[in-house]
Amino acid sequence: MDNFTPLSAIGGGALIGLSAAILWVANGRVAGISGIVGGLIASLNADFAWRAAFTAGILAAPLLYRAAGGALPDLAPPASLTVVIVAGVLVGIGTRLGSGCTSGHGVCGLARLSPRSLAATGVFLLVAVATVFVSRHIVGV
Amino acid sequence: MLRPFVALISGLIFCSGLIVSGMVTPQKVLAFLDITGRAWDPSLALVLISAVSVAAIGVAIARRRKTPLLAARFSGPLRQTVDRRLLLGAALFGLGWGLVGYCPGPALAAAALGAPMALAFAVAMLAGMGLFTLFDLRVQAPRQAA
Repeated sequence: MDNFTPLSAIGGGALIGLSAAILWVANGRVAGISGIVGGLIASLNADFAWRAAFTAGILAAPLLYRAAGGALPDLAPPASLTVVIVAGVLVGIGTRLGSGCTSGHGVCGLARLSPRSLAATGVFLLVAVATVFVSRHIVGV
Repeated sequence: MLRPFVALISGLIFCSGLIVSGMVTPQKVLAFLDITGRAWDPSLALVLISAVSVAAIGVAIARRRKTPLLAARFSGPLRQTVDRRLLLGAALFGLGWGLVGYCPGPALAAAALGAPMALAFAVAMLAGMGLFTLFDLRVQAPRQAA
């Protein structure tokens, strides 16, 4: 467990939780990335402004971090372009069909003790673990 | 104008959390998912536990209020039951997540920094979302009208 970073994990996680708490208490909205971004595509209604603003925050934070001289982390996945594109489409369809991703179900849903989010989080974690197991230890990529 | 401003701040804090916790690095996410690997990294579990704990404080504060501070109502999820859509969707998401280690937030963050693979992933993800929306409108609209 050489790569284990407990302090930054707890600190970063607390920021994610704080963001979700602010959006829920102030705006009454769930801080789910796939729902917010997906809703941006789905409708150009009155919800557009806050969805666009949240997404702008997500995109601006890394740019501000870099501008402030932050060290760039490794952002590249160990996969080919084809696999990356297939995975992107799967994540896009899956998060909309399943009404959420790691943020909407994993953070906000679990904080509300939602049975749907508990089920969804269990399923996507299990399938992701199984996918990594097969790709790393069976197919041996 | 206050609600979009709060949403912007929330997005900034959210993504700062992704950067601080290292979750923008797909290799770190995959090192967590690789539970039988020699270099298993439990960090993601701590990120999740910490995030859920702090978010739960927000949920507790909200329970004492009839309305959010800046909106007329709490707009929580409409669906309430565990159904096939939810489970199939979660499974497809888990497959895509496990293949490359990007979920939507980190993918957008890495794409903003110009990482080529993240850009490709983000475009594919948005295309998937758009495709789903088109398909869903065609399937659901006649059903609801019926």
